[in-house]
Amino acid sequence: MDRFLYLTFDGLSRGAVYAAFALALVLIWRAARIVNFAQGAMAVATAYAGYSVADATGSYWLGFLVAVTGGLVLGAVVERVVMRFVDHSSPLNGVVVALGLVLIIQGVLGMIYGDGYRPAPAPFSRDAFEIGGIAILSRYDLFVFAAVGAVVVLLTLLFTRTATGLRMRAAAFAPDVSRLLGVPVGGMLTLGWALAAAVGSLAGMLVLPTELGLHPNAMDLLFVSAFTAAVVGGLDSPVGAVVGGLVVGLLLAYVGGYLGATVAPMAVLVLLVVVLLGRPDGLFARAKARTA
Amino acid sequence: MTTGRPQGTGLLEVDGLTAGYGAAPVLHDVDLTVGAGRIVAVLGANGAGKTTLLRTISGLLPAAAGRITFDGVDLRGVKVERMVRHGIAHVPEGRGVVTELTVDENLRLGNLWRRRPKKRGGLDEIYDLFPALAGRKNHLGHQLSGGERQMLAIGRALAARPRLLLLDEPSLGLAPKLTAQILGLLRDLRDRTGLAVLLVEQNVRSALSIADEGVVLNLGRIAARERADKLAGDADLRHAYLGF
Ligand SMILES: Nc1ncnc2c1ncn2[C@@H]1O[C@H](COP(=O)(O)OP(=O)(O)O)[C@@H](O)[C@H]1O
Ligand SMILES: [Mg+2]
Repeated sequence: MDRFLYLTFDGLSRGAVYAAFALALVLIWRAARIVNFAQGAMAVATAYAGYSVADATGSYWLGFLVAVTGGLVLGAVVERVVMRFVDHSSPLNGVVVALGLVLIIQGVLGMIYGDGYRPAPAPFSRDAFEIGGIAILSRYDLFVFAAVGAVVVLLTLLFTRTATGLRMRAAAFAPDVSRLLGVPVGGMLTLGWALAAAVGSLAGMLVLPTELGLHPNAMDLLFVSAFTAAVVGGLDSPVGAVVGGLVVGLLLAYVGGYLGATVAPMAVLVLLVVVLLGRPDGLFARAKARTA
Repeated sequence: MTTGRPQGTGLLEVDGLTAGYGAAPVLHDVDLTVGAGRIVAVLGANGAGKTTLLRTISGLLPAAAGRITFDGVDLRGVKVERMVRHGIAHVPEGRGVVTELTVDENLRLGNLWRRRPKKRGGLDEIYDLFPALAGRKNHLGHQLSGGERQMLAIGRALAARPRLLLLDEPSLGLAPKLTAQILGLLRDLRDRTGLAVLLVEQNVRSALSIADEGVVLNLGRIAARERADKLAGDADLRHAYLGF
């Protein structure tokens, strides 16, 4: 029972990060109908920038800020300079270009920082404190929950309560009609990419201290888990992405904990295949997710 | 060809417009004037180029040649998303309700072009005009009937407070009673607020009953331009182009 509780909390805190990263994928999917396969590489790039600043200044938080704003800028640049010029008549074009971006970003990072792992320290202790004799949550886990919770709340407010959020949704659903109503559709697309990349960078900063450290490929596994989470949630649904993230996190924790760590990644792939075969629109397809 | 230029200043002036898709133009040398507070009906068979005309005026399609001015401003350099700031609202063919958004969100879109949208932006007035929408504020666009969608699309355009409304076949798929109601509303708005309307309609009789002027498009050219009552009474023209 103790072990089950421990695994549950471990899964939820991992899942929160997957949720954030899946949310980034969903944001771009909703805005541009592209699965941004470069999301992981973009997040790693900004994490390198963030930790470089943190090392130089001694302030983790300054580095954190640099990473997230770096994501904002990188997302906008990728949309303006690259994705805008991709012919989207075939969905494959965007995928190929994104994969090209991955190679370029990882290559450049390798040239600058080398191929070794660099330390990615956490801003809070990762030692779990005990509640009723069971070690379940660390300060760092609480930080992760708070950060992801804040992102979810802020995005929800943006999309449901603000004029800009309404403009972004309208631009995504009906570009021509939106243009006729004075919505700057191109600008909304850039904003969508910027926000998504910033959320992706945040997720990257959250996951790195729990893994082996900084490496050009450090986000590959996170990408697979988060992509699965997004697909489970239906790609179109922010709520689905969050639930999907938690589901994948729990799955990884339980399978890893009870069956062994090597089996866990396979469990994620099995889940992905099962969902794609059984409910390709995701488990939340029928919900009125698009208004959220 | 008959030419009856409208009185007053032209709010919208189209001169020698040639436009279309790709190399072959659909519209040839089209001249058209819509004065402030006037309703001009654009009539013509399917494929005559009516939709193309509206899409070119609002900038969705580029003009190959000719001039389009609105209140003295050359519209050719104006981007689509800035048209509404100049006072032009276009209700596209097939209505363009954003089906994933609620009725209220669709309406709010109508006044989002302002940098600081007014809190309710006069939306209550729109709900007064279309009481059927007021009871369905939180319904999604795709839950609405055809008539409700048409009301929503027109209401949203009116929420933008345009001086010129471009309307593409508002009666398409609507019951005659509802069509009459919508056309009556346009006439009221023209009389009360000085709204100008460029109205594309298949329903020639109804359109001419509220219009000040009718323009007949045939194969992308202006075939006739007449006062609406004269056009409705001109049997030869009706037979040749309008089929009744
Ligand atoms: N997107 C398009 N691409 C190419 N040709 C088009 C397109 N839309 C319309 N056309 C052609 O332009 C002509 C005029 O069409 P349209 O303006 O829609 O006519 P109307 O609205 O009067 O029925 C038709 O011959 C039609 O085939
Ligand atoms: Mg048409």
